[in-house]
Amino acid sequence: MNRSAEPAIRLAGLTKAFDRKGVLEGLDLTVAAGESVVVVGKSGTGKSVLLKHVIGLLKPDAGTVEIAGEDFWKAGRVRRDRIRRKFGMSFQEGALFDSMTVGENIAFPLARHTDKGPREIRERVAECLELVRLPGIEAKRPSELSGGMRRRVGFARAIALAPEILLFDEPTTGLDPITTDVIMRVIEELGNKLNPTTVTITHDLKVAFAIADRVALLHGGKIALALPPEEFAKSEDPHAAAFVRGDSALEPEDTPAPPSPPRGSATIGAVP
Amino acid sequence: MIRLFEAVGRGVLGVFDALGRFFVLAGQTISGAVRPPFAIRATALQVARVGADSVPVVVLTALFTGGVLALQTFKGFSRFHAEGYIGSVVALSMLRELGPVLTGLMVTGRAGSAMAAELGSMRVTEQIDALVALATDPVQYLFVPRVLAGIVVVPMLVVLADVTGILGGYLVAVAYLGANPVVYVENTFQFLDLEDLTSGLIKAAAFGGLLSLIGCQTGFDTRGGAEGVGKSTTAAVVFGSLAILVADFFLTKVLF
Repeated sequence: MNRSAEPAIRLAGLTKAFDRKGVLEGLDLTVAAGESVVVVGKSGTGKSVLLKHVIGLLKPDAGTVEIAGEDFWKAGRVRRDRIRRKFGMSFQEGALFDSMTVGENIAFPLARHTDKGPREIRERVAECLELVRLPGIEAKRPSELSGGMRRRVGFARAIALAPEILLFDEPTTGLDPITTDVIMRVIEELGNKLNPTTVTITHDLKVAFAIADRVALLHGGKIALALPPEEFAKSEDPHAAAFVRGDSALEPEDTPAPPSPPRGSATIGAVP
Repeated sequence: MIRLFEAVGRGVLGVFDALGRFFVLAGQTISGAVRPPFAIRATALQVARVGADSVPVVVLTALFTGGVLALQTFKGFSRFHAEGYIGSVVALSMLRELGPVLTGLMVTGRAGSAMAAELGSMRVTEQIDALVALATDPVQYLFVPRVLAGIVVVPMLVVLADVTGILGGYLVAVAYLGANPVVYVENTFQFLDLEDLTSGLIKAAAFGGLLSLIGCQTGFDTRGGAEGVGKSTTAAVVFGSLAILVADFFLTKVLF
């Protein structure tokens, strides 16, 4: 694993607008290697947009994305794809290729980016399915799976190349409490076994507190607050308090955009 | 008044935007086709799919078009006793013009729309994002096999359309209009050049490339859920057909 002085992910001054509507407004976020950061925030605050910037699915209007010290958008096309191989990303609904079986989905990155033979690939696919507690379902089609299973197959595909960084986009949204619990356990296990750097997007605080080293609150296009779970839960910050207690009355009026916190205060996990 | 100018301006900008996007993606497709990994299996699969999808509709269209051509030319030519040339007219129009254009339009409706729907639903279910996240160039992975398939398959379908069109003309002329079969067949091939066939096939390859590229592009740029997929599918057919008709004019000018 990468345990050098460079943080795994450093976002600086990230700005992005869609149709002139600002979503990210100078966002800073640093994630140390091996750290698990969970970004929470209300719906529509740009959590997914943030995650898509981390892996270069979206190009920022301004600001930089650095992965292990390398500026993503200064790199060429080939180099960018190399950097992307450090990532495994799990999408909200799994985003499995529905023209392929489960096994083919997980084999996809292995066949494309490694010189493994068919037998090795089969073994690795089985291993990945084992890790997400779904052994033996290689031959099934994504359409035959439940929502929770699709997401776990998505995890399996994301970890196939043993990535250094794992990104989870709303891993439990829309699932029943029991499936949510299974998914949380799987994420915890993956964290223990693979020891990756992870960034998770969710609005489910239970999930956040269970898997985070730090919880970051996205508000007004910036990271308003980033604290370890226990401190986040007790935070006096009005946005955080409103979020933790699920009470909109606590939420301060925030139009126009709230005063930005001093630079640096929003930086989480900066390596000393 | 200002609002009118604004609307016109926005419309014009939109058209140039779309045109620019088309050429950017066309360039990316070409560059994706000439660098590894080469998707030979995926291309073969698309060839089979586009071909199998389109054969019935192309055969039926060509058969009836050939037949109606024979009927119409008979009506006109009998006025100056030139019925003997019906076979030539049917064959020439099928090979040079109607074969490629009608096949192109039919394949647009059949396969171009299917490509838009497939890529569109991949877009809205984040499968295209997943490709990028898996360090795979989505244009290379999705566009190249489909566009190559279009370029390969449409000429094949055009040969099929030419043959069935001529057959349709023959059936109508011989069975319904009472032409002499031997004379009709002789007339059919009397004035034909190899160039008539090749010019049609060059057009066909161009149409195949255009319709699949437009199908892929409209699907790829889909926005906004199921409704967006529907819009993309319609757009693929409308713009694909328009592009074929416009390209047909210019290609005919060049190839004549």
